[in-house]
Amino acid sequence: MMVVQRWRRITDYVIRYAILAVVGTVMIYPFLYMLSTSFKSRSWILNDPLQLIPKDPTFANYVTALGANHFGLFFLNSAMVSIASTFLIVFASSMMAYGFSRFDFPGKRFFFIAIVVGLTIPTMMLIIPQFLLARDLHLLNTLQGLVPFYVGSSLGFNTFLLSGFFESIPRELDEAMLVDGASAWRRYWNLVIPLAKPALATCTIFAFLGTWDEYAWALTTLNDPNVRTLPIAIALFQGEHSTSWGLVFAASMIAMVPVFIVYIVFQRHFVAGLAAGAVKS
Amino acid sequence: MTPERSVVERPEGARQRTSSAGRRRRRVSYVAYAFVLPGFGLYALIVLYPAVQTFLLSMRNWNIVPGQPSPWVGFANYLQLIHDPVFLDSVVNSVFYTAATVPLQIVIGLGLAVLLDSKLPGRVVFRVIFYLPVVTSWVVVSLLFQYIFGSDDSLANAVFVNMLHLAPHNVDWLGNRWTGLVSIAALGVWKGVGWSMLIFLAALTAVPRELHEAAAIDGAGAWARFRNVSLPAIRPATLVVVLLLIMGGFQVFISVLLMTGGGPNNATQVPLTYMYTQAFANYNFSYGSAISFALTILVLVLSAAQYAWTRSRTKGA
Repeated sequence: MMVVQRWRRITDYVIRYAILAVVGTVMIYPFLYMLSTSFKSRSWILNDPLQLIPKDPTFANYVTALGANHFGLFFLNSAMVSIASTFLIVFASSMMAYGFSRFDFPGKRFFFIAIVVGLTIPTMMLIIPQFLLARDLHLLNTLQGLVPFYVGSSLGFNTFLLSGFFESIPRELDEAMLVDGASAWRRYWNLVIPLAKPALATCTIFAFLGTWDEYAWALTTLNDPNVRTLPIAIALFQGEHSTSWGLVFAASMIAMVPVFIVYIVFQRHFVAGLAAGAVKS
Repeated sequence: MTPERSVVERPEGARQRTSSAGRRRRRVSYVAYAFVLPGFGLYALIVLYPAVQTFLLSMRNWNIVPGQPSPWVGFANYLQLIHDPVFLDSVVNSVFYTAATVPLQIVIGLGLAVLLDSKLPGRVVFRVIFYLPVVTSWVVVSLLFQYIFGSDDSLANAVFVNMLHLAPHNVDWLGNRWTGLVSIAALGVWKGVGWSMLIFLAALTAVPRELHEAAAIDGAGAWARFRNVSLPAIRPATLVVVLLLIMGGFQVFISVLLMTGGGPNNATQVPLTYMYTQAFANYNFSYGSAISFALTILVLVLSAAQYAWTRSRTKGA
């Protein structure tokens, strides 16, 4: 009886791992393929698609990508835009969430419903009037011009997410501080913000990834080569060097480095954030 | 005395959602505006105002030259829309994309979540691998899949034709409507399963172990436990995943734009790429807005219908 059970356990494990390994291979193979292509010199690229280890690996694509076409500038552009946007998104939405979760005020329901309704509007649906708005406000073709649009479009979701989290912080703590005469700002800054660090970390990560990778809006509003962000630059790379896939993927790998670092370091927050964002609502 | 400390008596009949419970009384406060209004103002400018503008633009014949008249045309743009073969095809294409990607993401995502919902050594590694495509940018993965499917001696042909012999000769994946859509859908599934897996995994982890143990004592096998314990317990999560995936499916954009550009000859156009072409290649802002607005209504009606359908089924069961 015991032996049978042990065998069942072992076959159970073997089957699980076999399925996971097969799916895992399919999932990771395109990345390995991209990585391998980025190390192939041009002549090898179209030869054998299944050959993962390049015959004579070369860094030439990385050197070319980093040297050519102001790639460093584009990297810096992306970094500035996404860091500024991320900071403002987290700051503004945590303030709004604090207002919603701690106070009653005339029009509160209206404001909150307006935010929830906004969550159902597809972002792309707004791109035409947003473009006209950016034109009228003279925000086209500048890096600063991207920021208000990135922040404004992300406020709704992050406010919604943080409100839920702030509600779970015991109100008694606020009241204790209130007795000591702490202002609303101090209760927000010294009490709620430190206690909400996990939720804020989640918001920070998603805001950073969202703005670092943003393509459609940047594509629509940026024409000047000096203000290109990385996603624009990479897509254009492919257009300009249509057969130099090694170069395109070397550039892509460089652009993915910050994302992978953030992902690997904070991957536990991804689970927490998704669980909070999707399952609770 | 600061205004926030004064507990203002609310008039009779005013909504007292929070204080009706007795505890949890919140102060009526005007300080809250300092927290809410700056952000809300930006939100209103960037999201709410353009949302209304989309509809208003779609009722005009917008002239992009400033100062030139943009006459009202009522629903003329929408009338043109329902007779526009490219738009109708683009809707069919997005239906195909959604029908192909949503069930696969649900089934594979749920399957992986079930496999990973136990004390399995190395589960974190698998979780990281499955979720990796989700965090990678759409631009990069779209270019990657264009490379995988794009040429005659591509990886896709090497695997499906030369290795598995599924077709007699090399396929021009991105050069035809349905194979193009299949390639785009393949990217959609590959990029999306990690997301649904993670949400299912979070939901499964929350199912109490005792329920499984009780069912096991009653002699329920693994499949019976999954069907009768896990599935009902994760129902709310499943509903949300299906809803968000369907909404996402109809909003597919960057992958189509970068893999086929809607071509050849508009064959793989989806509503958003067609909208984008009309607006920013043809400068037909009003027609583009009509496409945007029609798509939004379509998506909202679909999700409302799906929500109502699932609720009625839950009640009937």
